Amino acid sequence: MKKMQLSYKYINLIITVVLFFALFAAGSVLYNGFFSTQVLLNMLIDNAFLIITAIGMTFVLIIGGIDISVGSVIALVCMLSAYLLEIQHLSALIVIPLMLLMGFLFGIVQGSFIHFFTIQPFIVTLAGMFLARGLCYVISIDTIMITNSFYQFIATYRIPLPFDNYISISVMIALALVAAALYLNNYTKFGRAVYAIGGNAQSAMLMGLPVGRTKVLVYGLSGFCSALSGVVFSFYMLSGYGLHAMGLEMDAIASAVIGGTPLTGGVGFITGTVFGVLIQGVIQTLIMFQGTLSSWWTKIAVAFLLCLFIVLQRIVVSRKERTKSIS
Amino acid sequence: MIEMKDGHFYGVTIDILNRAAPLMLLAIGMTLVIATKGIDISVGSMIAISGAVVASLIGGKLEYVDGVKTLITLVPMPVAIITALLVTTLLGMWNGLLISKVGIQPIVATLILLVAGRGIAQLITQGQIITVYYKPFQFIGTGYILGLPFSLFVVGLVFGITFYAVRKTALGMFIESIGINAVASRFAGIKVSKYIFSVYAFSGLCAGLAGLIICSNVSSADGNNAGLFIELDAILAVSLGGNSLDGGRFSLVGSLIGALVIQSITTTIYALGVPPEITLVVKSIVVIIICLLQSAKFRKIVFSKWAQKRGIPSEKNAAKL
Repeated sequence: MKKMQLSYKYINLIITVVLFFALFAAGSVLYNGFFSTQVLLNMLIDNAFLIITAIGMTFVLIIGGIDISVGSVIALVCMLSAYLLEIQHLSALIVIPLMLLMGFLFGIVQGSFIHFFTIQPFIVTLAGMFLARGLCYVISIDTIMITNSFYQFIATYRIPLPFDNYISISVMIALALVAAALYLNNYTKFGRAVYAIGGNAQSAMLMGLPVGRTKVLVYGLSGFCSALSGVVFSFYMLSGYGLHAMGLEMDAIASAVIGGTPLTGGVGFITGTVFGVLIQGVIQTLIMFQGTLSSWWTKIAVAFLLCLFIVLQRIVVSRKERTKSIS
Repeated sequence: MIEMKDGHFYGVTIDILNRAAPLMLLAIGMTLVIATKGIDISVGSMIAISGAVVASLIGGKLEYVDGVKTLITLVPMPVAIITALLVTTLLGMWNGLLISKVGIQPIVATLILLVAGRGIAQLITQGQIITVYYKPFQFIGTGYILGLPFSLFVVGLVFGITFYAVRKTALGMFIESIGINAVASRFAGIKVSKYIFSVYAFSGLCAGLAGLIICSNVSSADGNNAGLFIELDAILAVSLGGNSLDGGRFSLVGSLIGALVIQSITTTIYALGVPPEITLVVKSIVVIIICLLQSAKFRKIVFSKWAQKRGIPSEKNAAKL
């Protein structure tokens, strides 16, 4: 029976991976020039920031919380770094660490509110979302273009790969974060504690796990990831604007859910989240190659997948409950 | 503050009331949803859909027939309005079905529609902003009856019916009991899933009405921006009104006041000449303060000393801690 449960847990992950390759294969059959490594790599290039955010989100979801402030934090990081670089003329080497620190502290403060005052994560991060988005407009209402040479260099630099392929530095950052997150999630006390708390916070506390510290740190991690994502996003957009990354939090949550992380906590996969992002990428690319469909179909397709996976998760959970009640 | 001009009331107060109408409608629906311990984050998308449906049905064609500007409506206005309301109610039912029958968490279930809704609205309007030239339709958002904005009468009607239903019948008590303990309510013989389902459908209907008012007010349907982030305002209005997000006891009047407070903040900021976007910062500070006041732990830390000194045993504290 243990074996069965294990396979239930992985069922979403497996479906996601299979679906990704199926969609990619379908695209390759339907459209000329779809089947190339560069198309695959472009998905990574265009979605590097989403991967980074979604990883932070995965940790938050595993612990049983939610963080809807990530999109706004990205916008704030873009805006603030544009302001510091262009108007205060600070060096990029000061600005980037500063932004990462700010994101981390932003998350820590949110986490503290959630843990110490037991306010619902949704509401706290909602306030954080308003605050970050509003602060963007306090800095400037208009777009600030980034002309800093270091940012320009990173934005345009292409790391050459064999067979005429290339990736951007952002992809390297995202992949490094994926590796770090995998290690953190699977091989550290912190990662194990996150799963335990997500499964049952009370039991985790009785087991002597540092529930409060882990919870606050997870929100800090999510803040850090959004800040990193904001830095990557500013490489991608080369500008700061208050409307950047609008609604990105929902894309990040959708990626995690499609990747097999339910919103109930206790379960989640970093790899799944990456594939969740890539599925959105593949849908985008398919619609781009198709040419006539409006880009809104991406949203609808993602929502459809989301619905499918949520219902699937529900079925898995209810089946588990049934086996539990029988035994 | 209020003066009479051309048989209408004018003034800041009327302006706030008029502009807050969609938010008040949403807050009424949202209060019931939150009272069942749920949440509906798809109302903004439903507003966009409602606007898109009504605008595309009424049609934006302005043609010259015999040299006279005439408007071609595709279907009569009442049909368009009823269709729009029907569509959003159906979407609300979809939410309700996912939550009550399939058993998905409310925030997740409504997330689906939040993601898809704007896409659907864009498809209905074919990616364009549809302008409605049909004059009678503009009456909903800008017309006056007895010197008061027509939208207020819509709010009044919805509020009246809802208030009657929840306070003069057992419905309100059922909803509260579901919010406090759904399992116990089921054992007590309340058809929990039926009520949860209806509450979301009703929220959809309210969102549809709000969408009509917004669409009519600006005479156009914009799938991208109509009702953007209004779901957060609606949730904020409900919690500002003193309703706990954990469900249970609720106050419709409180939510209406919450909606008015939010609109007053916005209007004040406009009047001060500060960039309107800064509203968000003010709102976030308000949310934080409200949340801290609602947090039992925070009250314990801050107010217990004060209460001890004054010798006031706080009833709420005693109950919660």
